[in-house]
Amino acid sequence: MAEFILRRILQALLVLFVMTVLVFFGIHVIGNPVDLFASSECTKACLDEIMVNLGLDRPVWQQYLIFLGNLAEGDLGRSFTHGVPAMSLIWERFPATLELAVAALVLALGIGLPLGFYAGLRPESILSKVIMALSMIGFSVPIFWIGLILILTFSVYLGWLPAIGRGELVSVLGLEVSFLTLDGLRHLAMPAFTLSLLMMSMVIRLTRAGLREVMTSDYIRFARANGVPEYRVLGWHAMKNLLIPIVTVLGMEFGGVIAFAVVTESIFSWPGVGKMLIDAISVLDRPLIVAYLIFVVTMFVLLNLVIDILYSLLDPRVRLGAGAV
Amino acid sequence: MAPVLTLRGLTTVFGKGTQELRALDGVDLTVNAGEIVALVGESGSGKSLTGFSINGLLPANARITGGSIDLSGTDLRTVPAREMRKIRGKEVGMIFQDPMMTLNPVLRVETQMRDALRAHDPLPRAALRERLIAALAEVGIAAPEQRLRAWPHELSGGMRQRVAIATALLHSPKLIIADEPTTALDVTIQGQILALAQKLCKERGTALIWITHDLAVVAGIADRVSVMYAGRVVEEGPVDAVLDAPAHPYTRGLIDSVAANQPKGTRLPMIPGRMPLLSDLPKGCVFAPRCSRRSALCDSTSPPPRATGQGQTVRCHHPLTEPAGALA
Repeated sequence: MAEFILRRILQALLVLFVMTVLVFFGIHVIGNPVDLFASSECTKACLDEIMVNLGLDRPVWQQYLIFLGNLAEGDLGRSFTHGVPAMSLIWERFPATLELAVAALVLALGIGLPLGFYAGLRPESILSKVIMALSMIGFSVPIFWIGLILILTFSVYLGWLPAIGRGELVSVLGLEVSFLTLDGLRHLAMPAFTLSLLMMSMVIRLTRAGLREVMTSDYIRFARANGVPEYRVLGWHAMKNLLIPIVTVLGMEFGGVIAFAVVTESIFSWPGVGKMLIDAISVLDRPLIVAYLIFVVTMFVLLNLVIDILYSLLDPRVRLGAGAV
Repeated sequence: MAPVLTLRGLTTVFGKGTQELRALDGVDLTVNAGEIVALVGESGSGKSLTGFSINGLLPANARITGGSIDLSGTDLRTVPAREMRKIRGKEVGMIFQDPMMTLNPVLRVETQMRDALRAHDPLPRAALRERLIAALAEVGIAAPEQRLRAWPHELSGGMRQRVAIATALLHSPKLIIADEPTTALDVTIQGQILALAQKLCKERGTALIWITHDLAVVAGIADRVSVMYAGRVVEEGPVDAVLDAPAHPYTRGLIDSVAANQPKGTRLPMIPGRMPLLSDLPKGCVFAPRCSRRSALCDSTSPPPRATGQGQTVRCHHPLTEPAGALA
């Protein structure tokens, strides 16, 4: 296990290195940020001064080496536009995104699993067919459209839920969260539901397909032939087998949800990292973009590690030994 | 002595309306306490379906439409589905064909056995464990404490089948249905499992239905044998009588196609053709199209069961009278 984790960390460092090279040089090709944020009265001399201040006058490879040196000391640079360390900006915004993503995950599992179970147990019933059709829609319809329709329906037309913002916050263990206040929950409901739709559809389909396969297996018949009660057969004997593909897929998907909650956050003006990234890209705030990408890649690596560990807990045939990569 | 299980005219169909397929047609079967009855036939003859009809674990598209299933005085057909759970495992145990598939791969042996035990016997945890260890020891598993903690994939096929047998025997059911439990095992392990099942049933007076297509297994284990073909019992009787002097041409064909029964160097006889599809059953005798003794009567009328002199019952218009000789 220890060796497995060490291996993973080494791999992660390699991935991070390659990613920084790609991003750092790639972003230089796009354009000069100074042209975008210097005021229009700024003369050539004034522009040059800004370039020297930000270190943009040096050759790219030199800039990259300086960046790597700072990175080794844990410094990801200061945002051009905000003038504060990039990581502190990310940490400030991240709890909002994490809360949104976790709420979406909870909704996806909380709604998706029971619906998938029902559809898997009664595949011929009308309700099952409705569930499956809805899950297909959940897959196919773009998120921004769903978000807008929700706002139109519940905010504009019915006036039940607020359309934008995060609402009232409470501090729990130093983390600002909104799901503990009624106002916060009302703000959270629509963006979380919007963000969860894709995952929910996936959970429904995976659960249904998995259940239908598992239910015909000999070990389920054996458990039933031994008189094991149905709730136990479904809720544990079948469930544990079902969870294996669901954990795999959701684990991958969850990273994506956090990293690219951009669209949902933009629609509902949710003050998370996704919205910050869009703003940073539009003004070519290089340190912030690079810091964010490093952050996301690290998160993906960690998530994959968590999935692998969960996986070994669910499936005894998987052992995290030296051979596992 | 009253029989443990009596099937009378059991009829099970797949599908509905005009699509209805008769997979079991009037199956009669009697099993007494301590008796081992072999159910023999090709794949698709309905032998496994008979087992699942008895304990109410038919696939969703199958249902019983006729006959009775009498388990020591209770007609299981009148027991509501919810109540059947209390009978499964307690009164009727089941052992499956492939021990690799029978145990849940993601649950420890202990969890699976404990659930089976608790299903009818809510004991405190420590007492459960003791019972399980004793049950594993009884089927000849060494170091049962460790095996209890094992995952199924850590056990060999023979070991898993022993675990399955121990689980099926936990509540000492009156009847055990064993669905080809040795087919997937090595020959040496097969012999051990056969001997074990035979010993346990005789000791406890358990009635055992042994479903198989292997006539050597039948000869080795069974007291009586029922031969099934296309959802019907075509011949039934004491194992020696049926194997030595089969009255039905199909039984004779089965015995003749066992290689060991033929002199070396001769061509192995076989039954021509294949079993009819359920959607396209012959009008009269279902075996008629493949039978060498076929007559006009066979094509028009299904033969009723009739008793032969040797204690057999056969469904044939022209039963054989000469002994097979080969197995004798």
